[in-house]
Amino acid sequence: MSVSPSNALPVRIRGLTKRYGAMTAVDGIDFEIGPGECVGVLGPNGAGKTTTVRMISCFTPITAGSAEVFGLDVSTRPREVKALLGICPQEDNLDPDFSVRKNLLVYGRYHEMPADVVKKRADELLETMQLTEKAKSDIASLSGGMKRRLVLARALLNEPRLLLLDEPTTGLDPQARHVIWQRVRQLRAAGTTVLLTTHYMEEASQLCGRVILMNGGKILLEGAPADVIAREAGREVIEVWDLKPGLLEFIETVGWQHERVEDRVYLYDREGGTIAGEITRGFPGQELMLRHATLEDVFLLRAGRTLKE
Amino acid sequence: MSARNPFVNVSYRAWYVWRRDLEVYMTTWLTNFLPPLLEPVMYVAAFGFGMGSLIGTVTYLGREVRYLAFMAPGVIAVAIMFWSYFETTYASFIRMYYQRTFDAIVATPLVVEDVIAGEWLWGATKSFMAGVIMLGMLTLLGLVAWPTGILVIPVAILGGLLFSALGLVTTALVPKIDSFNLPVFILIFPMFLFSGTFFPIDILPQWAMAIALALPLTHISYLVRGACLGEMPGFWPWSLVYLAVATFGSIWLALVLMKRRLVK
Repeated sequence: MSVSPSNALPVRIRGLTKRYGAMTAVDGIDFEIGPGECVGVLGPNGAGKTTTVRMISCFTPITAGSAEVFGLDVSTRPREVKALLGICPQEDNLDPDFSVRKNLLVYGRYHEMPADVVKKRADELLETMQLTEKAKSDIASLSGGMKRRLVLARALLNEPRLLLLDEPTTGLDPQARHVIWQRVRQLRAAGTTVLLTTHYMEEASQLCGRVILMNGGKILLEGAPADVIAREAGREVIEVWDLKPGLLEFIETVGWQHERVEDRVYLYDREGGTIAGEITRGFPGQELMLRHATLEDVFLLRAGRTLKE
Repeated sequence: MSARNPFVNVSYRAWYVWRRDLEVYMTTWLTNFLPPLLEPVMYVAAFGFGMGSLIGTVTYLGREVRYLAFMAPGVIAVAIMFWSYFETTYASFIRMYYQRTFDAIVATPLVVEDVIAGEWLWGATKSFMAGVIMLGMLTLLGLVAWPTGILVIPVAILGGLLFSALGLVTTALVPKIDSFNLPVFILIFPMFLFSGTFFPIDILPQWAMAIALALPLTHISYLVRGACLGEMPGFWPWSLVYLAVATFGSIWLALVLMKRRLVK
């Protein structure tokens, strides 16, 4: 295997496009991921997140543009690219014909790792992922969280330089999700570059140094989670419901940034601290909730509140 | 990577897929080995002793042969077809569609063509194993002439490669697992009956014999029977060429169609 130049970026995407007939899934996007970064691609279902990851991981041919992983073109050098990747797909595709441990051993063979190295690494990973007791079990006997942990262990077997996580915690309970998050944080700390897709905004805030928000195959915005929130939604959000007469007119007259969703109004307080007070003073007894702005607010502001599917 | 020549992307890594399938098979080896051991015994008991006592001898390529000795090689020929075809249809489809095993494998340095080639070799391996086991059983029953009997093994490999590839072509095309019933019913089952397996095809009407001669299993039957009776028919090189060309065409098609199905 030829080793890529050490200064090449883990991911470099230019004009990346995927069309299925008349449908454009990914529409000419550009982005880069630097060494050691953890980048989250966010977006509703159908935004093009998974298709983007699938192109980077050489599953799906590119229609136009280019994608390079550590300087290697994914279209012409898929074997070398995949040797550097750890891929954690959205759907569990563990091998049900083998036990938990054997899943890792067989995978090590696909990566052409020496047998003794694979055994050692497999046992370490089972330990890290708290699966040692399940080593001899059938895949069918694992819970959803255990399966995810095993998929992650499998993705880490070849000590990848870039880890691709496609919705790593979708469908998991909070405990299982936190275990996955903890492992990803440890990998980040150890210097692994991570690209993850998610539609859990909290997940992105927790793990990612940078987020890329996609919608309709395009990149809407990107940046550090805190910066993005401050820029797009401000510091605080006030949710108001059961509006007192005249409140809506008042809000519109003052010109506060707001959004109406059925019977609720969301107010975005850029500087923080004044709007909630003014409403309470002007409309005593008005029900409201004051909270910090989150990525979810940004997401809903920019991608819209209507269902995409 | 060239799209025109599908063989370009096949690498030695196909053997890792083959190893995977072999290791799964070996975890339940006892139940897997019993059918090819017992199948010939049952066929020989039912058709050989049952029908054979009614028929006595048949005329095969100008010589009189005991029906039992005539039919026994047909059992091997049928097994060569069944063992690979059913492996790369139902079993491969389950791995591809339900288990998503192919997806998991191509997340490593292997590409789709490696996976298809591995499945292909594995399907042929099952025909090879069935051929070897049945050859042994029929030898014990005194129905195989040696040393020519050894030629059953290369025929089992070639026939296995052909039907394994045909199975993959089918798998690339069927929308769901139930759809296999159609090709099995219109292609495999008629071949099982009309390929010179249980009776010599020259007793068929001219037109039916012409059709039978076009079926690949007919040529596998000729070659296996030639090996077991100790005398190959004079046209055996043509049978061999036909099988080799059909195998090449089928695996080429399997690679093209499978890539079309899996890579989107």
